[in-house]
Order: sequence, then structure tokens, then C-alpha cells
Amino acid sequence: MNKKKTFGSLAAIRRDVRRDWQLYLLLLVPIIYIIIYKYLPMGGLVIAFKNYKVRQGIWGSKWVGFDQFTKFFESYQFKRVLVNTIVLSLYTLIVSFPFPVLFALMINSVRNERFKKVTQTIVNMPHFISVVVMVGIMFSIFNSATGLYGSVYRSLTGSNMAPDLFGSAASFRHFYVWSAVWQHFGWDSIIYTAALSSVDPSYHEAAQIDGATRFQRVIHVDLPTIVPTIITMLILRMGSVMTIGFEKVYLMQNSMNLSASEVISTYAYSVGLSAKGVGNFSYATAIGLFNNVINFTLVMIMNTISKKVSETSLW
Amino acid sequence: MKKNAKIKHNEDRLYYAFCYTVVTFLTLIVLYPIIYIISASFSNPDVVVHGGVWLWPKDIDLTAYKFVLEQPRIALGYKNTIFYTLVGTVINLVVTIACAYPLARKNLRGRGAIMFLFTFTMLFSAGMIPNYILIRELGMIDTRWAMLLPGALSVYNMIVCRTFIQTNIPAEMLEAAQIDGCNDFQYLFKMVLPLSKPILAVLTLWYGVSHWNAYFNAFMYLNSEELYPLQIFLKEILVQSKRIGPLEDEMLTFSEREHFSEYLYVTLKYCVIMVSTVPLFCVYPFVQKHFQKGVMIGSVKG
Repeated sequence: MNKKKTFGSLAAIRRDVRRDWQLYLLLLVPIIYIIIYKYLPMGGLVIAFKNYKVRQGIWGSKWVGFDQFTKFFESYQFKRVLVNTIVLSLYTLIVSFPFPVLFALMINSVRNERFKKVTQTIVNMPHFISVVVMVGIMFSIFNSATGLYGSVYRSLTGSNMAPDLFGSAASFRHFYVWSAVWQHFGWDSIIYTAALSSVDPSYHEAAQIDGATRFQRVIHVDLPTIVPTIITMLILRMGSVMTIGFEKVYLMQNSMNLSASEVISTYAYSVGLSAKGVGNFSYATAIGLFNNVINFTLVMIMNTISKKVSETSLW
Repeated sequence: MKKNAKIKHNEDRLYYAFCYTVVTFLTLIVLYPIIYIISASFSNPDVVVHGGVWLWPKDIDLTAYKFVLEQPRIALGYKNTIFYTLVGTVINLVVTIACAYPLARKNLRGRGAIMFLFTFTMLFSAGMIPNYILIRELGMIDTRWAMLLPGALSVYNMIVCRTFIQTNIPAEMLEAAQIDGCNDFQYLFKMVLPLSKPILAVLTLWYGVSHWNAYFNAFMYLNSEELYPLQIFLKEILVQSKRIGPLEDEMLTFSEREHFSEYLYVTLKYCVIMVSTVPLFCVYPFVQKHFQKGVMIGSVKG
């Protein structure tokens, strides 16, 4: 009672740490984990500024400054992988963003609870399919000779051979994006349906008394409620515009669609690791670092904008 | 008043009809490929390839299943995946709780700084090659550890868990427990964990599914077949799609005993999709409300 130690004083810190020692002990495990597996590799990023040789190790290798980066910017691949990455992610964003919102608004208008539950269960299901299986499903169903697509095409046109869909650069993007929509629109709508369930029913009642139709209530009651959620999700997505997941692109890649499917992450992999033993680690690290710095900057910018515009921010 | 209500009802009818139609249509689009895969996997390969299967299985043929279930490599992949899923999820849960429980304590010294240490890794990561070098330096290449440790904690899941503890377990309870002489460990095991069952269910499911579907770490860090999870074998069968290598050999041995269509490899793929995904789909309807709950907790900012 009489001890009036200020919050910041050394004695107060010591007292608090002694009080909470068990909590710090628990935290030790995750902190050690995060330092080893997340921060140590960040230290490894120095090889982006070096000419890394396995034998010389990270510290023994020669410094080369920004040479790896200039090499990337000047390579003929640079423009192609950059454009592919941006086009693929913007296409994904534009197509896959509105679906969950519209779906949530519509399913929210459905009054039959059983119908609602059954449809939601079904549309959420594909979210749990693994990337490998998802790509496998696409390849099997749209196979021009043996798949469902092949037989539909043959029976509709009467020809005996359907054109191959996976051998062209043009179709790669459509398959990549629309399969993602198919797989995730239901799951992505959950966050909006959750927000919609928090709408105060008295707003709806008041609007009904004023003679609003159900559709008008969607526009003037439902939609405004989920706008903050929409903005938050949009920021998250815009911030990750340059992050195209490696796995799916890599699995869908073949020599015929490479002109559209080589993105930054797959390119980094192909110069760094796929040529086993002779891979250029430094060059690949520089490419990855370039990508990650842009991602980081984008999230920061989008968050600042949203803080100003809507007072909604991620942190 | 009554008349008015009736008119409104008529205007709304069109909108409702529209909603039901679109929702039904989208649901059918999601459902159809799934039904097709199930039906094709049970049908005669020749019928499937020549477009005989549209909705229901035709000319039921279980040769593909027989082949897949006899495959030693599929069995091996299954066994490994179950191992990685069980052990990996336990590790995940322990690390996540060890992180979320202390950070849910609002008066913890250095809470902000520690939180930043974790959230920063969500925004910025070193990337593929530095991670690969780390795993190699740690001597974890081609060991089971490479499948279990690098992803021991998902920061997003940890934040969801922390938010749950913060919002669902009242601070007064801690005070009362402390007065009774309860220390932080006892409080965790006797109060927090029993009261956090819903979030533990969510985390178990999220982590479990991600282990079941994991492909990247195995692809990057494993070289020996004995350690491969199911997804790597699936990739060979589904994506590389060549009838070469071990699969071809096994089909040859199989053909010595069984008579089957030259198109067996087509239904084989549907069958493999089924065998690998069915466990998830069987569990899913029972646990989907937990998954959704998790998303909702995650959307509340802590």
C-alpha cells in the first residue's frame, strides 16, 4: 500500500517478472521457435547481397552488394515474371472478391433454415480439398481425351477430338482463378454471413414499416453492416497482391503454359533449387526478397489508407 | 395495412425467387464435380472415358479401388500422413497454447513487444531459399522433423486463440483463483483449458486439416520415399499423370492377376482423389460449425 513504485521503475519490472515467471516460462517455447524458424532465416537473407557458395558458408562468401538484384532486373525474365504475377493476382482479386460478398447477402435472405444449412455445408466443402487434389481434379475432369470435358465436347460438336485445354498459356489463368473461386467462395463468405447475423433486427422491422422491400433492405440495412468487413478483407487482399502462392502455380505449370505461369515465386524456385546442386541460392534469395519487400510495403500502404478513409485497420 | 403488406410480399417474391435460384445454382455447380468424381471412381473405366457417366455410377467396377488399396506406396503415404497429422497437431496445440495463454494476460510486461515479434512474421518472411538453408543447417533435411517443426505455430491461429481466452474468460475469475492460492500453471490447466474447449476444437481441426493436406515441406525437404506423406504420392499419380515409374510397374504386376481396361488409370485417379479426401469429408459435416465459429472469433479484433 505504501510502496508507490512507478510502473516503469526497475523494481516494478522485477516485481512483475517475478510474479509472472510461469507465464514467461511458457512463452519461452514459442519465442525460441519463432526466433529459430522465422528470424534466423531473415538473417540468412544476407546471402542476397553475397555470392553464396555452400563451401564458404553464409559468412565466408563474398559480398557483391546489389549485383543479384540488378542481375534480376536486367534479365529478360524480369518483366515476364513480374507481369505474370501482377496479372494473375489482380485477376484473382477481381473475380474472387465479389463472389463471397454477393453469396453471403443472398444466403442471408434465404428464410428456409434447412435449405440454408444444406447449401452452406455443400459450398464450404471444397475448401478442405488439398492443392494437389484440386489440381488433380481439374486435370482429370478437363482432360480432352478421357475427361468429362472431352466427352461433352465430342457429343456436342460431333468431332472426335476435343482441343487440349492445359497446353496453352491463355487458359492457364482462367483455370487458376476460376478453380480458386469454385473452391473458396463458400468458405470466404462465412465471415460476411457472420457479420450479417449481427444486424439488429429492429432496423429491418423499422424499414419494413416504412414500406421497404426485401431488396431495399439488403441495400440499405444488410450491406452497410458488412462494409467494414468488406474493407478489411479488401485491404488484406490488396496487400497480398504480389503474393501468388507457389504450390498451385507450380503444380499447374508445364512447358507449354510457362509464358503465363512463370511467376516470381516459381522463378525463384527454378533458379534456386530445382537445378539441384547447381542452383544459384543468392540469386533466388534476392528475387524472393524483392517480392517480400513489395508485399510488406503494400500491406503497410493499404493499412494506412484504410485507417485514414474508414477508421478500419488491421492493427 | 394488411393490403399494403400483401403488395410488399408480392414485390419481395421476385427477389426471394432470385436468391433461391442463384444459391441453388451455385450449390449445384459446387456439388456436381464432387458427385461426378464419386460416380466415376466406381464405374467401368471404358464407360467413363467414352462419356457414359454423367451423374450416377454406371457398370459398377471396383478394380480401381482394389488396385489402389493394394498399393504399398499409398498405404505408406497414408501411414505417414496420419503420423504427421497426429504428432504435428499435438505439437501445434502445445506451442499455440503456450503462446496464447500468457499473451492473453493484459498486464503482462513486454506483452506488446512479444506480440510484435510474432505478428511481424505474418507480414514479412525470409522466403524459400533462406528457409531451405536453415533446415539444411539444422540437419533436418530428409527427417520427419522437417514435417513437424517448421510449422509448429501458426501466428494467425495463435491470435484467434488469444482473442478467445481474452473475451471468454473473465479477469475476475483469475483474481478469485489467485486469492485461493492458484498459480499460473494450475490456472491454465484447471480453468483456462477446460473453458477453452470450443477454441481447442477449432485449432485441432485447422491444424489437422493443414497437416493432412500439407505438400510444400515434404516437397522441399524430403528425399526418401519412406518418409513421404500421401500428398506427394498423390502428386505423382494426379499431376505428373504419366504412367511411368513405380505406378506403371505396379500396374503390370496387377495385370498378371487381374483383367482390366486400358483406361484403368483414368478411374484410378478419381479413386485416389476419393481415398485421400474421404476422411476429411466424413468428418467435415460434424465439425463444420466449429470451423465457422473459428472464423468468427478470428474476425473479432483482440
